[in-house]
Amino acid sequence: MTFALSQTSINVAYLVASVCLIIGIKRLSSPATARSGNVVAAVGMAIAIVFTLLSPAIDSYWLIAAGVAVGTVIGVASARMVKMTAMPQMVALFNGVGGGAAALIAAAEFHRLTPAPGHVLPEYVGAMLFSALIGSISFSGSLVAFAKLQELLPGRPIVFAGQQIVNGILFLALLGVGVLAGTMEAGIWMVVLLLGALLFGVLLVLPIGGADMPVVISLLNAFTGLAAASTGFVLENTALIIGGTLVGASGTLLTILMGRAMNRSLANVLFGAFGAAPAAVAAPASGGRGEAKSYREISAEDCAVMLAYASRVVIVPGYGLAVAQAQHNVRELADLLEKRGVDVKYAIHPVAGRMPGHMNVLLAEANVPYPQLYDMEDINPEFPRTDVALIIGANDVTNPAARDDPESPLYGMPILNVDQSTNVVVLKRSMSPGFAGIGNDLFYRANTAMLFGDAKASVENLVAAVKAA
Amino acid sequence: MSGTNAIHGIVLVGAMLIAGSADSTLEQVLAFVAVVFATVNVVGGFLVTDRMLEMFKRKPEPREPE
Repeated sequence: MTFALSQTSINVAYLVASVCLIIGIKRLSSPATARSGNVVAAVGMAIAIVFTLLSPAIDSYWLIAAGVAVGTVIGVASARMVKMTAMPQMVALFNGVGGGAAALIAAAEFHRLTPAPGHVLPEYVGAMLFSALIGSISFSGSLVAFAKLQELLPGRPIVFAGQQIVNGILFLALLGVGVLAGTMEAGIWMVVLLLGALLFGVLLVLPIGGADMPVVISLLNAFTGLAAASTGFVLENTALIIGGTLVGASGTLLTILMGRAMNRSLANVLFGAFGAAPAAVAAPASGGRGEAKSYREISAEDCAVMLAYASRVVIVPGYGLAVAQAQHNVRELADLLEKRGVDVKYAIHPVAGRMPGHMNVLLAEANVPYPQLYDMEDINPEFPRTDVALIIGANDVTNPAARDDPESPLYGMPILNVDQSTNVVVLKRSMSPGFAGIGNDLFYRANTAMLFGDAKASVENLVAAVKAA
Repeated sequence: MSGTNAIHGIVLVGAMLIAGSADSTLEQVLAFVAVVFATVNVVGGFLVTDRMLEMFKRKPEPREPE
């Protein structure tokens, strides 16, 4: 191509693109500027892509055009069609294909360079193998996360005896294969590495379930970022190095912060309590106390009266609300109560929903005013002064066992202290345990009443009953 | 988080560089799939983020469901 640009001008463009990405991420961190931040980041991305196309390194365009066309159709279609409730698994999927792309790039470069053994510089081989390894883990791990969130696979942890040992041996074996691939420069070892890494990704995510899912998605996101940065070293491309590192760093920080929100280390999330949970789940916390534990059922009418004559109500939304698409009805209920002079607040647990910020998005979709949403630290002191805590489709994040029962797999996770309010009403379909498969003692407490039924139907009944009250 | 998710779609740059200079059929196949994957990541990531952020916009007339 005659209009190819010099490497210097491309590097300058990459620098501009990188600055856009950094500003974009910065603006994305605050709700007020997030939308413009997303646009700035997209502009940065566009600059990087356009100037890459003008690079002298590119000889032919048809393969790129075909790939971009197919990818755009898939990307646009899936992004437009996905429901708000299904966002987390969509993000997992996008993350996975990003990791897959990094691994494929590494594989293609490896193939291109290895016909002349000894030709590949050692530092390139290292980066190449790292991309292949981490990219593949992120790809298959994200697919498993997708399948779990989409409920193609059970959401609870899937474990087998000696799993951690198998994982450990597999990981060491992968490192060994990596060394072989790096020193022998033979394609077969690269293939073994890729397949092994795919298997490892599956095994890594399978035993993770419940409230840990958002943490894992965030971690895989960081992985893909690191894999992308690493391909940047292979291809000597500054845009890739900077962009990938940004995601790797911010993703790692977010993962650590989320772990902290649940009072667990990353190692604990990956290999710890939830992985070991089945023993505790098989003999559930309620097991020793028997199936016969009694709970109290409440009718929508009685609950509505309770709400209507309360002075302080805290609504605790969970994934069940999202699944039932009840966010609009909940807002209607809150509006009615506020008209009657009831003080209504929403309590948002850091891992409510299936992705950080998921619940905020869903409530915002229903026009719930942002100042009514309270984080866990801000709302917890309010519960002792709360007349009614209305729990809609949330479970594990309200489980008092996380605070009181060292035997519980949830123990140590900060929770919303709903049990401290005068009355607790739990909207739930049945007495079945939550996503993590752990029984909840809250349901059997004296101040707790259960309102059974689909979350949306129940809230509709409450709305009608409050109107009549 | 979804925003940073789109940003690692920057691997598209790498995928394009590979696809633009691939010689053998194997490399072309690998590069093609890499470009498709990376494009899905970029396009889907930004669109999904935008859709989610749109929810936070103050809407003029709060509408009831249905």
